[in-house]
Amino acid sequence: MNPTLANSLALAAPEMLLLLATSVVLIVDLFLSDRQRQVTYLLSIATLAATAVLVAGLPEGRHVGFNGMFVVDGVARFIKLIACGTVAAVFLYSRDYLIQRGLFRGEYFVLALFATLGLFVMVSSGSLLMMYMGIEVLALSQYALVAFDRDSPVAAEAAMKYFVLGAIASGALLYGISILYGVTGTFELAALAERVNAGAATNIGLLFGLAFVLAGIAFKFGAVPFHMWIPDVYHGAPTSVTMFLSAAPKLAYFALALRVLTEGLGGAVGAWQDMLIVLSVLSIGVGNVVAVAQTNLKRMLAYSTISNVGFILLGLLAGTSFGYRAALFYTVSYVIMALGSFAMIVLLSRKGFEADRIEDFRGLAQSQPWFAWMMLFLMVSTAGVPPFIGFFSKLYVIQAVLDVGLSWLAVVAVLFSVVGAFYYLRIIKVMFFEPPADEVTVTAGPALKFLLSLNALAVLALGLFNGALVDAIARAMP
Amino acid sequence: MNLPLLSFLTWLPVLGGVLVMLVGDSRASLARWLALAVALAAFAASIPLYTGFDASSFALQFVERLPWLPGVHSQYHLGIDGISLPLILLTTFSTVLVIIAGWTVIEKRPSQYFAAFLIMEGLMIGVFSAADALLFYVFWEAMLIPMFLIIGIWGGARRIYATIKFFLYTFLGSVFMLVALIYMYLKAGSYDLASLYALPLRHNEQILIFLAFFAAFAVKVPMVPVHTWLPDAHVEAPTGGSVILAAIMLKMGGYGFLRFSLPITPDAAHSLDMLVISLSLAAVVYIGLVALVQQDMKKLIAYSSIAHMGFVTLGCFVGYEIVASTGHFDGVTLALTGAMVQMISHGLIAGALFLCVGVLYDRLHTREISAYGGVINTMPIFGAFMVLFAMSNAGLPGTSGFVGEFLVILASFKASFWFAFLAASTLILGAAYTLWMVKRVVFGAVANPGVASLKDLNGREALVLGVLAVVVLALGLYPKPLTDVMEPTLRHLAQLMSVSKL
Repeated sequence: MNPTLANSLALAAPEMLLLLATSVVLIVDLFLSDRQRQVTYLLSIATLAATAVLVAGLPEGRHVGFNGMFVVDGVARFIKLIACGTVAAVFLYSRDYLIQRGLFRGEYFVLALFATLGLFVMVSSGSLLMMYMGIEVLALSQYALVAFDRDSPVAAEAAMKYFVLGAIASGALLYGISILYGVTGTFELAALAERVNAGAATNIGLLFGLAFVLAGIAFKFGAVPFHMWIPDVYHGAPTSVTMFLSAAPKLAYFALALRVLTEGLGGAVGAWQDMLIVLSVLSIGVGNVVAVAQTNLKRMLAYSTISNVGFILLGLLAGTSFGYRAALFYTVSYVIMALGSFAMIVLLSRKGFEADRIEDFRGLAQSQPWFAWMMLFLMVSTAGVPPFIGFFSKLYVIQAVLDVGLSWLAVVAVLFSVVGAFYYLRIIKVMFFEPPADEVTVTAGPALKFLLSLNALAVLALGLFNGALVDAIARAMP
Repeated sequence: MNLPLLSFLTWLPVLGGVLVMLVGDSRASLARWLALAVALAAFAASIPLYTGFDASSFALQFVERLPWLPGVHSQYHLGIDGISLPLILLTTFSTVLVIIAGWTVIEKRPSQYFAAFLIMEGLMIGVFSAADALLFYVFWEAMLIPMFLIIGIWGGARRIYATIKFFLYTFLGSVFMLVALIYMYLKAGSYDLASLYALPLRHNEQILIFLAFFAAFAVKVPMVPVHTWLPDAHVEAPTGGSVILAAIMLKMGGYGFLRFSLPITPDAAHSLDMLVISLSLAAVVYIGLVALVQQDMKKLIAYSSIAHMGFVTLGCFVGYEIVASTGHFDGVTLALTGAMVQMISHGLIAGALFLCVGVLYDRLHTREISAYGGVINTMPIFGAFMVLFAMSNAGLPGTSGFVGEFLVILASFKASFWFAFLAASTLILGAAYTLWMVKRVVFGAVANPGVASLKDLNGREALVLGVLAVVVLALGLYPKPLTDVMEPTLRHLAQLMSVSKL
C-alpha cells in the first residue's frame, strides 16, 4: 500500500476545507461592521456543515496517507462528525450569550474553528509528531478562547493559569515523545507498535517515556492529580467558552489516548493499565467528593467533569475492544450532557447575571417548569440513574472493567457515583423544593430554547434506545 | 391473547402522567379528571391479567419479547407469573385510591402531583413484569426519581432531609446489585432471568452476589439495621406518597428476594439464611418495641410496617430451616405463600392506615397522637374504619392481616419453636402498639376544641376507605383466589430454592 500524494490529499480534504474556510472567515470578518457580525456566525456554521459533509464522504475502512502520518479510519470519521455537530451546537448556544455581553466577535468563531482543526489533526494522526502538532493547535486556541473576554480579570487569570500549566504538560508530553523516539527510533504509531511488540515493552526507557506521555494526556484530559487547572479555567472562562472546553476537546483527548495507548503502545498494556487505574480511581474519587463542596455550578460541573474523565479512563484501562467502545460511548454521552448542562447556565444568564451559582436555580420548577425538567433530565442522567444515557454509559464501562476481572474497581466506581448522585440531587432540590428567589427572566431566543430541549430530550431518548449509537460505535471501532 | 397488555399497563400511566403534567396547574380540575381516567383505565386493563391468567402454570404469561439493547443482549422482555400478578393488581388498585385521596387535598402544583403518581405506577408495573434483569434494573432505579420529587415537593417540614436520605440509601443499595447483575451477565451472556436462573455459580461467587442483592433488597424492604430511611420518608411524605411507599415500594424488596436472591443464589441463601432470619425476627420484636413508644402516628405505622415486613423476609428464608429440620418441602411453599399474602395484605392495611392518618392530618394538621383523643365522638364513621384497619394490622382473624402472619408462624413452627415464638410475639406487640394508638386517638373523651370541631368523612374519603375495608375483609375471609394464582409459581420457586447451583 503506497498511496499517491493525490490519495493522501483526498483523505485530508475535510481538514483542508476547514483550514481554508476558517481563513476565509478570518478575513471576511475584518471587513464586517458589528451589525453584520451575523455573517461570521453563519459562515462558521456553514464551514462546520461543509466539513461534516466531506467527513461523511470519506472512504470506508482504514486508510493511511502522507507516509503514515495521517490516518483515516472508523474512529476518526465518527469523532470528526460528532465534533462538527458539537462545535456547531456550541455556536448556536453561545450566540445570544455573546451578543448580550458585547462579545459577539469574529475571534470567538475563528478560534473555535482553529481548535476544531487541531482536534481533527489529533484524531487522524498516525505519528506522534503529527499528534503533538494537533494538540498545540487545539491548546493555543483554547488558551486564547479562555482569555477572550479581555476585560474580565477572572478570565485573564484563568487563561494565564491554563497557559502556564498547559505549557508544562505539553513539555512533559514532548519529553515523553522524545524518549519514546530515543528508545524505538520512530514517531510513527504503527512502527512504534512493532518495536514494542518485538520486545521493547519491558525496556525501562520506554516505560519512562510512557509515564511522561501519560502524564501529558492526563493533564489534557484533566485527570487527578493533573486536574488543578480545570475548576479555575471552567469557572473563569465565559460560560460559552467553558461549554466549548468541556465538550469538543474531550473527544480529541479520547482519540489521543486511544491512538497512543492502544495503537502505539498496545504491547505495553500491562504498564499503562496500572497507571490508568490510579488516575481513574483518583479522578472518580476526588472529582465526586470535592464537587459536593461547591457552591458555584460551573465549578461543580468542573469537578463532575473530572469524575467523568475517570469513568472514561475506566473503559480505556480495560484494554479490550469492548472497553474502548464503552469509553467512546461514555465520551459521546458525556459531551451531550455537558453541552446541555452549560447551555442551561447560558439560558438563565443575562447581561450582568451569570446564573452560575447553584442558588441561581432556586425555584426554577415554578418559574420555568419546562426547563427545570430539562435540567432534571440532564442532572439525573449525569448522576447515572436509568433510563437516561448517563446510566448506560456507566453500565458499559463497568461491564468492561468487570470483564477483565477488576471487580474491586467496579465497586469503587459505583460507590463514588453514589457520592456523586448527592450533588446532582442538590441541583434538583434547589430547583424543585425551594421557592423562587427572585424573578427569573429568560432572555434567550427560541433557537437556544429549542436546541436545549432537544439536547435534554436526547439524553432520555438515547438512554431508552441506545442501540443505534452502540451500533455506530461498533462499526467505527471494529 | 396477543395484545401487549403488560406494555400497555406500563406505558399508559407513564404517558398519561406526561399528558397530565402538560395539562398543567392552570387547568387543575381537567388534570385531576384525566389522572383519574388514566388510573382507572390502568386498573381496568389489569383485570384481564387476572381473568386471563392460567393459575395452573408457573410459566411466565402475557410474555412480550422485543429486541432492546443487542449490544449487551438485553431484551425488552416482559412477563408475569403468580408472584408478580397480585403485586401488579395491588399497584393499579392503590394508584386509583391515591389519586382519589389526593383529589382536593393537594393544592400545590396538583398536576405534577398526579403525574408523578401515574409515572410511578407505570414504572412499578414495569418492575414487577420485567423478565430481563437489565430492564428490571432500569425500572427499579427510574422509580426513585418520581418518589424523590413526591417527598421533596409535597412533603412535611423535614422533607428535603428525608427525601435525599431515601434516595441515597436506596441508590447505594442498588448499585451493588448492578455490579452483581453485570458480573452474571458476563458469565451467562444474557440478562434474561431464565438464563440467570440456569447459570451455575461457585459458592463464594454466590455469597458475594447474594450480599449484593441483599444490599439492594434489604434497604428496600427495609430490614434492620438499614431501615432508618423509612420512618423519615414516611413521616415527611405526603399521604399519597406514604401509601405508595408502604403499599408497593416496600414490596419490591420482598419481590426482589423471591425473584432474584432465592432462585439465582440458592446455595448462598441456604448458607446465609440465619442472617436473614435473625434480622427478620429482630425487626418483628425490636421494631415492634420501638413502635410502641412513638408519639407520631405516621412514625408508628412506619415502624409497624418494618415489623410486618419482617414476616415477609422470614417467610422467604425460613424454608431452608424447615427443610433442615423436617426433611421435606411442604412447609417451604407454605412459608412463601405466607410471605406473599403478607405483602399484599400489608400493602392494603398500611395504605389504609396512612390514609386514615391523612384524613386526620388534613383536618388538624398534626400527626401527634397527643393532639387527638375522642375522635370517635365527632367522627364515628371514620372511627369505625380506623378501628377495623387497626385490628387487621394487629392480625385479627377474619382480616387479611391474620392470614399472612398465621401462615408464616405456622411454617416457622416446622423449622423451630423459637422462630415461631419470636414471630408470634407480634400478636402481642402489634396489638399493643396499634390498639394503644387507637385508644389514645379514637376513644376516650373529646380531648380538645380541635377534635370537637372535626367533621366526619366526606364521600370521597369514605369511598376510598370503604373499598379498602371490603378488600381487607374479603381477603381475610376468603384468601383462596389470591393463594390459588400464586401456588404453582411458589411451588416451582421452592424447587428452584432447593436445587444446588454449585
